[in-house]
Amino acid sequence: MIRDITIGQYFPGNSVIHRLDPRVKIIATLLFIIEIFIVDNFLGFAVAGLCLGAVIAVSRVPLGYIVRGLKPILIILLFTFALNMFMIDGHILWQWGFLKITAEGLRTAVFMAIRLILLIIGSSMLTLCTRPLSLTDGIERLLSPFKKIGLPAHEIAMMMTIALRFIPTLLEETDKIMKAQQARGADFETGNLIHRAKSLIPILVPLFVSAFRIAQDLAMAMEARCYRGGEHRTRMNEMKFKGRDYAAFALLALFLAVIIVESRIF
Amino acid sequence: MSIRVENLIHIYDKGMPTEQLALDNISFTAEDGQMVGIIGHTGSGKSTLLQHLNGLLKPDSGRIVIGGTDITEPGVSMVQIRKKIGLVFQYPEYQLFEETVAKDVAFGPKNLGLSQEEIDERVREAIELVGLDFETIKDRSPFDLSGGQKRRVAIAGVVAMRPEVLILDEPTAGLDPKAHKDVLAMVEEVHRRTGNITILVSHNMADIARLCDKIIVIDSGKLVTTGTPYEVFSKKDELRAVGLELPPVTKFTESLRERGLQLESTILDIDQAADQIAAYLKRKAK
Repeated sequence: MIRDITIGQYFPGNSVIHRLDPRVKIIATLLFIIEIFIVDNFLGFAVAGLCLGAVIAVSRVPLGYIVRGLKPILIILLFTFALNMFMIDGHILWQWGFLKITAEGLRTAVFMAIRLILLIIGSSMLTLCTRPLSLTDGIERLLSPFKKIGLPAHEIAMMMTIALRFIPTLLEETDKIMKAQQARGADFETGNLIHRAKSLIPILVPLFVSAFRIAQDLAMAMEARCYRGGEHRTRMNEMKFKGRDYAAFALLALFLAVIIVESRIF
Repeated sequence: MSIRVENLIHIYDKGMPTEQLALDNISFTAEDGQMVGIIGHTGSGKSTLLQHLNGLLKPDSGRIVIGGTDITEPGVSMVQIRKKIGLVFQYPEYQLFEETVAKDVAFGPKNLGLSQEEIDERVREAIELVGLDFETIKDRSPFDLSGGQKRRVAIAGVVAMRPEVLILDEPTAGLDPKAHKDVLAMVEEVHRRTGNITILVSHNMADIARLCDKIIVIDSGKLVTTGTPYEVFSKKDELRAVGLELPPVTKFTESLRERGLQLESTILDIDQAADQIAAYLKRKAK
């Protein structure tokens, strides 16, 4: 159950996508998101979808695994779809009482759904193909120019690293506590809303206690190893752009150009 | 009551690159009044096996028949299973959440839908059974107790459900020697008084050898061997191959035997070891 959550998870692999410099992948993802918002017709989506499909194929992450990651947002997806479909005025295709579906509404609904799906798959490809640690390293490097204006780039990256690192730990902890309480006969699935909210207490209290314990242990372990922030910190693996990274930048520029041209023409 | 586990198979992350065969064709049985020990290296599949016995995990194939009911069949009510099987997880004190000890212990019985009188009676009985004084401890916060006390309260929370099979996953992990001894004595006492099946997982071979009537050895999800402590610990090489040691006494007497002392093989008890060595020395003096 709780193991099924795939958003933000890393999918181990050794493809070209996995081996790209994390900075390239972060920039690519940001550009991809921007492009998804620039695009204003279906042909543009087809191009973006095709490119995303190519990336997925190269990364060798199974499609089924990615699609499973969409499950948690299915409700949002359906909700926006329904909202767009019924709320937009225009040429009426079907009407029942106050409910009406218009051609424009249907078009917008499909359009928005595609946009959302592309957005989520596109950004989940970043986390699926990048180790959390290299991801935050990449963010730190990308943010480091802003250090001059007082942005604590290293601290932000460290906080993100810790947060990412402890997501699975806390999920595991939750799983363990849930099982322990289930073994004592707790029931989380049935009953009305109030009953279900109440049934969360036996999970949340021990979970908070655990989280504080883990945080304390971690702080102590960091201090014991003389951690005192990013000052004068060097790294074992310096990030350097390689041939494949420049190739990726070139492809990215090409993709960007195609999308811009396409949206100008059509 | 009896437990019959037949050809149990469980696969984690089926269809993923991280797919793992956690339990590979495990079969064993246990009868009323038996204390069954499960030993195995970390990650051998012990905890996975325990969770199956409690219905928390469903096997990919195989059967678990407890007192005539196959709990792997769909439609078996979880409440019924949990009435029969009590599972105490590793570090059970991490599951404490109520304001008072009495309320926390009452959580399990309450979930079984018992009457208030019945719950009160069971809570008192369970707290006393785990060796704590009900009157002094019932209104204290479980978070203010010592490690050993917390552990006892958490075990009481399961004992209060009066399970016919009590499963304990490393009940002494992380405790100091005194608390370790007390908690084990308590487990023994609960087992003796209820006369039910107790399943004990432990890394401490001396405890297992002393307490259990039957031992199950697991490695990488497979059943390596099973039998009485004597039978299991006489298979020294087989145990070593899966990264397990003999109990300290046995290890000691075995190394004496290797040096030519004529002692009985596989001595599990320290008094027996002392007698044997004394007898040997007497024989030698003559």
